[in-house]
Amino acid sequence: MSAGVGVDLENIWIRFGDFVAVRDANVNINGGDFFSFLGPSGCGKTTILRAVSGFLEPSEGNVLIGGQNMQGFGPNKRPTALIFQNLALFPLMKVWENITFSLEIKGASSAERRKRADELLDMIALPGQGDKLPSELSGGQKQRVAIARALCAEPDVLLLDEPLSALDLKLRQHMRTELREIQQRVGITFIYITHDQGEALTMSDDIAVMKAGVIDQIADGRTIYNDPSTAFCASFVGENNVFRGKVKKVSGDHAMISTNRSGDLMARISTANQGKMKEGDDAMMFIRPEALALAPEGAQGDHFVTAQVTNEEFEGNSFNIFMEGDGGKEIKVSLPNLGQSFDSHRGQPMTLEYEVDNAVVVPAGELATE
Amino acid sequence: MNNSAIRISIWIYLAIFFAYLLGPLVIMSVTAFNSSEFPRATPWECLTFEWFSALFQDERILNGIKNSIIIGFGTIVLSVSMGLAGALMLTQIWPKLRATYYTIIIAPILIPGVVLGISTLVFWDRVNRMLGLGADSFLSSGLFLTVIGQSTFIASYCMLVLVARLQRYEIVQTEAALDLGATHAQAFRKVMLPFMRPAIASAAVLAFLASFENYNTTTFTFGEYPTLTIELAQKVRYGITPAISALAFIIVVLTVFAAVANEANIKRKELAAAARRGETTVGQVSGGGIRLPRFLAGNSAAVLLVILCIGTITVVGTATAYSPDQCVADIREQKRLEADERIQELRRKRDEENIRKFKGVFDPEDIAPEEEAAPATGGNDSGFGGVFDPNALSGQEESEAPSTEGNDSGFGGVFDPNSLSSE
Repeated sequence: MSAGVGVDLENIWIRFGDFVAVRDANVNINGGDFFSFLGPSGCGKTTILRAVSGFLEPSEGNVLIGGQNMQGFGPNKRPTALIFQNLALFPLMKVWENITFSLEIKGASSAERRKRADELLDMIALPGQGDKLPSELSGGQKQRVAIARALCAEPDVLLLDEPLSALDLKLRQHMRTELREIQQRVGITFIYITHDQGEALTMSDDIAVMKAGVIDQIADGRTIYNDPSTAFCASFVGENNVFRGKVKKVSGDHAMISTNRSGDLMARISTANQGKMKEGDDAMMFIRPEALALAPEGAQGDHFVTAQVTNEEFEGNSFNIFMEGDGGKEIKVSLPNLGQSFDSHRGQPMTLEYEVDNAVVVPAGELATE
Repeated sequence: MNNSAIRISIWIYLAIFFAYLLGPLVIMSVTAFNSSEFPRATPWECLTFEWFSALFQDERILNGIKNSIIIGFGTIVLSVSMGLAGALMLTQIWPKLRATYYTIIIAPILIPGVVLGISTLVFWDRVNRMLGLGADSFLSSGLFLTVIGQSTFIASYCMLVLVARLQRYEIVQTEAALDLGATHAQAFRKVMLPFMRPAIASAAVLAFLASFENYNTTTFTFGEYPTLTIELAQKVRYGITPAISALAFIIVVLTVFAAVANEANIKRKELAAAARRGETTVGQVSGGGIRLPRFLAGNSAAVLLVILCIGTITVVGTATAYSPDQCVADIREQKRLEADERIQELRRKRDEENIRKFKGVFDPEDIAPEEEAAPATGGNDSGFGGVFDPNALSGQEESEAPSTEGNDSGFGGVFDPNSLSSE
């Protein structure tokens, strides 16, 4: 399947003066993959992208594209094309001139360029729009022109720097599918930068979750969501309820956590941390809102949580219940709306249960701030 | 009531303002068509185009224009490229140095042109000598020195114009070009330069105009290549003719023409853009060459341009066919008659005066022969120019009258070549 060119980052450090933007990044990206760097703004993901595209040299470590060390190669010498956050279309060139700029550089004839532009315009579903100026296009159209312009250069690796962030929600969701389709059609490696976990999860083969210059976890979307390796990953990707406590007992890949508020609860130790957690360690247990279900009132046990209901809301596809949680954070429960009747428990205690395998334990750590 | 009073006073103000601004140009333009020997609008003598032909026969003026244009283009090339380099540097320099750098680069504007002229001359003379070159080397050529001298400060103007545009340039554009495989030179040429083009055009026009009108720097550096301003200044010493007005008129017309053409072009682009957004197709508007009425519709500047063109053609056509000889001859005849009349009157007055003065002292008969001598001295063929003529004393006030009368300009006839002969 992977016909494309892989990208490897080896021990990359990037420093600006005293500030360390990227700390010892090691990433292996398979050829033909859709790979995302996911993290909050300022975590260094754009810096990594600029190092891959050649706009800055890492302070230490190597960038390898297709196994070749890229040190000393400028952005115009690398087989990469970057789609900029603000797209950076050339405002004075017509759409077709924009798209085929890379051919102009190579000295292609005008007729050749027009032909290629028409092909690409068909691909991005903008046939006949070649003679417009970028300013005459809508946001989504500009987006697609930027993609076509990058693809026209026939890069081995396409780099995308939050290209969807300027679009409205509807368009963003539409472009996700479209990007993924384009990637599968052209079969080259995509490296995608985003702070939007929805984008990362829906499009990517693999995701690297970054926090303050450090890559916390590299895995496919499902693993990151279900089996986070750190507290940051667990709290950053998707909604999650946190229970703080200490490890009371480890048995195989499960652990009993004595939580601060909800008594002893049983959970699965995340794969990355199995064998590393001992009794007495500070730990965090995460349960997704949708993994919690209503239980008979007052039920006791290692997979039951009882707490005071503070608020309830109806969201259409689900009922959301908010309960008093740990450390000032609410516990959120999402019950799918299957047409069942629902009695308000506002201000009353409520008991919930969960499947032990759906609760994940990781070492205590920093949580993502919303 | 109050409102309309304000409106009227605004109109009056505007009228005064534009009269102040454009009045001299209008008067100057009018004088170009008056056959009077000295540039003046009144009294109107004859409509003539002879000053234009006089202008095109004046070797010094033509040579001055040629030198000015050569130097102007040299200055454009040097100033715009230095200005662009300076502007690029300003946007890329280390932020802490930026203010200092800006001050240094702006300083030539604040230095008097005379100082720049002298220092250019001194500096390049020194360089010339250090290189052991003679006085006829390229480095001491008037063209080279003038271009260099003017560019020292015109480059700063250009930089200011270019920086304003450059600040709106997104550096990410260059990055995008590099990323797509362009070299730095290609990114500069294909992405940044096209973006800068309007500002470069403005800077070039500014540089040319500043160079064309420059006097005080050029006056030290021109060498054997006097520019138009130098020639004009030298001419003023010996008296100017309306040929200068003719030149001014041509420059004014060219300026107005360029301004209106530019306006028409902008308007056309706007209309084309509006048409592109609207329902009308592009072809309907941009095909203006074929459907002229369409191109003119809603474009008042274009209408004005067309009128201006027709006007120019008409005037030039008239000028080639028109001959003011008859009128000029008439005026000359009239002038001669007036002068004769005045001389007669003068003579009569003088006679009366003499008679009055000498009455009782001499016998009227005694004066008679002396009276005969008076016209002879009026012809003024004595070496002393009639200074010692007693009659000249008494008649002095009146004798000045004929020349000053026809000449109410501030120069008091100093520049009037006629004043020599009519005396």
